[in-house]
Amino acid sequence: MEPQSLELTGVGKGFGAEDVLRSIDLAIRPGEFLSLVGMSGCGKSTLLRIIAGLETPDRGRFTIGGQDVTALDPADRNLAMVFQSYALYPHMTVRQNIATPLRMRQLSQVARLPVLGRLVPGRAAAMARIGVQVAEAAETLQIGHLLDRKPAELSGGQRQRVALARALVRDPAAFLMDEPLSNLDAKLRAHMRSELAALHRRLGATFVYVTHDQIEAMTMSDRIALMQAGQIEQLGTPTELYERPATLTVARFIGTPAINLLPAEVDSAGRVRVLGLETGLSAPRGATGAATLGVRPEDLRPGRGGIRARVLHTEHHGADRYVSVLPEGLADRPLTLRLAAGASLPADADGRLHLAFVAERAHLFGADGVRLDCHVDARVSA
Amino acid sequence: MPVFRRLLPLLLLGLGAIFALLPFYWMVLTSIRPPAEIFNISLWPVPQDFHAAENYAKAASAVPMARLMLNGAIVCLGILVVQVATAVPAAFALAKLRFPGQRLFLTLVIAALCVPMQALALPLYVGLASARLLNTYFALMAPFFLSVFAIFLFRQSFRSYPDEIIEAARLDGFSWMEICWGLVLRGSLPALAAFSVFSIVAHWNDLYWPLIVVTDIAYAPPPLGVLFFADAESGADYGALMAGAAMITAPMVLCFLFARRQFIAGITMTGVK
Repeated sequence: MEPQSLELTGVGKGFGAEDVLRSIDLAIRPGEFLSLVGMSGCGKSTLLRIIAGLETPDRGRFTIGGQDVTALDPADRNLAMVFQSYALYPHMTVRQNIATPLRMRQLSQVARLPVLGRLVPGRAAAMARIGVQVAEAAETLQIGHLLDRKPAELSGGQRQRVALARALVRDPAAFLMDEPLSNLDAKLRAHMRSELAALHRRLGATFVYVTHDQIEAMTMSDRIALMQAGQIEQLGTPTELYERPATLTVARFIGTPAINLLPAEVDSAGRVRVLGLETGLSAPRGATGAATLGVRPEDLRPGRGGIRARVLHTEHHGADRYVSVLPEGLADRPLTLRLAAGASLPADADGRLHLAFVAERAHLFGADGVRLDCHVDARVSA
Repeated sequence: MPVFRRLLPLLLLGLGAIFALLPFYWMVLTSIRPPAEIFNISLWPVPQDFHAAENYAKAASAVPMARLMLNGAIVCLGILVVQVATAVPAAFALAKLRFPGQRLFLTLVIAALCVPMQALALPLYVGLASARLLNTYFALMAPFFLSVFAIFLFRQSFRSYPDEIIEAARLDGFSWMEICWGLVLRGSLPALAAFSVFSIVAHWNDLYWPLIVVTDIAYAPPPLGVLFFADAESGADYGALMAGAAMITAPMVLCFLFARRQFIAGITMTGVK
């Protein structure tokens, strides 16, 4: 099947008095890998369930390939979903599990009956066709040797593959994935990330992937929709979200180690100061008062002059090391520096040093948490 | 001391078991004794004069035992089939669907658990009598077709079925009935076994309701038949009476032993009793 576009227009949903989704507009392009990320309770799972047809939206429209499917049953949307718990049918073998979506679509209700179904003409031929497709899907995910086992006899990673095969075999308009890797251990998760990305490249299908793990979103996605309190905070490529976060929430959520946030003031001339020091940044006209300056750990480095700080501890991560420092005047809010393993750290015997950062790579957010685009004065300092 | 602490529960359970099994033992013992030994207080298992053949032959010939067993089987099976057919969809809806009035329905189910059969006996009898349905299998079965106990037990069991599997099934195109019977009930087979044992034993042994609606021995279930027998034979022949009782108890004991493992899994899983 050709990859399809999915489009949500003004979709809202409330449970009781609470609005879980405010008004979502989201156009997912054909063949795109789009991640919905956010904290738990941000509405990302509800949005995916509306796409799947498991929940009905209170307002708005949802189209697949331009066709309005808002009122359609889940089965009629031709979408495949992979669940966090894999949701394999426990009494069926792997082979039967993978065959089920095909059996449900290609056999009539009578032909699906346990014993009587065998009498329906054409059933044997249909089952043979299904068998071939099951074998192909199993081959793709390298689970051919597991076909006669029950789900209870499989490891978590194997169940994951069976769930993927069951999704794959129906050749859907799009794949929906609800935190499919969160029940796997760290090593397997990293491995499955690259396999999922490879599967997406090979199929060229539309993927909608829900996760609370920003690393999964960053590593696999074409675009990321970061959600917060039932709304999309920012929609963009992983690079855009990392390098130009639209809000403080996005800046906080994306990136490990997390972005360093420093309290800043903008004076009436628009100059941005941090801990009383000039930063060389100018805020746009009209933005004065308290603000927050975000600096990624790799953009913070030891310097001459600037913020005084004391080293707390160092974490070694092979090629990188993360240095945790406590700036003077910012008690209990340590900052993180990301340095190459070989880079020197010019701290004195007491672990004291000065910090500088690259002004053009700093992000300024107003008191309302929205990004303020600054321009950099010639003089770089702090 | 530790030995004692380990043995004490066993001792208590053993005493309980003796207490529960003694009537059965006495029944079997009486059924193989001659009339002269019936009132012998001894519990020695071998009677001085072995009288089993006579007692069992008399019990089997005095009443149409095969007919009674058949009646019992028809009534129990009929009740069970309709109970399961009605209770499973109701329990599924209460456990897994969201609809207005759901809590009210559940409350009604629980409230109905508290209504004793005896309270309904008179209106049911009047209704069946005016519909000229007394002395039929239908009259024996109808009051038990809807079992709130079954709804409650299945609901408890169905609730633990994973929602994500139901959602996967909806995406795959299962109908609600296929989900209910093919997936969810299939995941609750121990509960089905437990309920079947409860239901069959209760209705096989029931004397109260058959006594009200059946006067014709052709429709009598086993306990009522044995009662007819006791009346007809002046009730003094305890050996034959107990032989009859032993014969009608045997299928239930077999039924329980057969489903024992499932039964125990069922009641521990659903938290009933």
